[in-house]
Amino acid sequence: MTRYALHPQVGLREEKFGALAYHYGNRRLTFLNDDRLVAVIRTVEQYDDIDAALAAVGVVAEQRPAFYRALERLREAEVLICE
Amino acid sequence: MRVTDRLSHGLDAPICLTWELTYGCNLACVHCLSSSGKRDPRELTTSELFAVVDELAAMQVFYVNIGGGEPTLRPDFWELLDYCVARKVGVKFSTNGSRITPSIAQRLAATDYVDVQISIDGADAATNDAIRGPGSFDVAVTAMQHLTDAGFENFKVSVVVTRDNVAQLDGFLALTARYGAQLRLTRLRPSGRGADVWDTLHVTADQQQTLYRWLLDHPRVLTGDSFFHLSALGEPLPGLNLCGAGRVVCLIDPIGDVYACPFVLHDQFKAGTVRDAGGFTKVWRESVLFTELREPGSAGACASCGSYDACRGGCMAAKFFTGIPLDGPDPECVHGHGEAALLAAAGSRPASQPGHSHSAAGKGRPVPVSIGRRPA
Ligand code: SF4
Ligand code: SF4
Repeated sequence: MTRYALHPQVGLREEKFGALAYHYGNRRLTFLNDDRLVAVIRTVEQYDDIDAALAAVGVVAEQRPAFYRALERLREAEVLICE
Repeated sequence: MRVTDRLSHGLDAPICLTWELTYGCNLACVHCLSSSGKRDPRELTTSELFAVVDELAAMQVFYVNIGGGEPTLRPDFWELLDYCVARKVGVKFSTNGSRITPSIAQRLAATDYVDVQISIDGADAATNDAIRGPGSFDVAVTAMQHLTDAGFENFKVSVVVTRDNVAQLDGFLALTARYGAQLRLTRLRPSGRGADVWDTLHVTADQQQTLYRWLLDHPRVLTGDSFFHLSALGEPLPGLNLCGAGRVVCLIDPIGDVYACPFVLHDQFKAGTVRDAGGFTKVWRESVLFTELREPGSAGACASCGSYDACRGGCMAAKFFTGIPLDGPDPECVHGHGEAALLAAAGSRPASQPGHSHSAAGKGRPVPVSIGRRPA
């Protein structure tokens, strides 16, 4: 099972619409428009698997595929790393 | 809600903060947005600079764009750079390259969180020096060589697109590629000394079409999202298609005054000063001007335009300094509504403000030799 963590060079800043993620290495800014996604990103490394992290912020099973895809896109954007 | 709609209501801290450390400059480019020349005796002191950085760090401003003038002319510039980096406020600074010696280049290459942007305005010395002054092309290219030799990858080379250099876009790309740098193109706005040359140097309607297609074909070229008015031509350009003034963008000037954007150095767009109680944070979050700018604006004369969603009436600075009402069309409106608005505004252009330094005493203003010249 994939384990994610926030990329060490990424800073997160809360905003009304969710959060901004800035990568100090590649200098890219990413907009995170979903509060639960932001919460997952902040906490995901404390969990052994993604489902536990998603469950903890109240994402039910039917909604998870969209979150899996979002997390994978964030890994491609180097906001998250895979451990 | 789309990201642009969310952003138009403003953010807790700016995304794109420009900080002009000094208007002192050893060049005197004809289109300088800040009419740079002399240093101002009222410039922020070193400890005031540091206090601003502390605020930015507390607000989690990820990075600042430091410019001027020539920011490296401040003797405490390198100290400030270290101070920012130590507080995790990234820095991208703009320079004409004159101070980028081999040893400075090495130091910069060894520092994370620092990015360098060298300005040129022509892909060859003749085109560049007509705008930026004799010898300035060689100075810039030498700085690029020093950065490359030091192993600095992906530094930026920034070009203001004009009528005279728009035919050189491929040339700019080739030049930057030689140094492993990244090209950044920005729009010429009638701000500062740019107002004096805008009529003759801003790109023509045909050139805008070419530029738009070129930008779509080269999505990796950076633009600071400054050409969003071209999105009205069809497929939107990548990036944020809105005027971010006071919403995501702002400027701190050398004496600590805060403006809605680097291109509107005029009292009407001054929100406050970092020297007042509450500092920059209070100006950003509570100033009357920024609060107003974050309210939904009326589409005004653009209301009936089918492209309004893409262009949103264009650039506030370009309108203001050409005398067009702020709810009027952009002077370079791709549907041609700029010409009539410019005619109607004839004679009502606001003067540039005193207090922003002009050419250095005794140096004289360079003759804008490119005026009247047209690419064949
Ligand atoms: S006024 Fe013009 S330059 Fe300034 S943020 Fe708005 S669009 Fe950009
Ligand atoms: S009419 Fe206004 S919104 Fe439409 S393209 Fe022109 S400037 Fe943009």
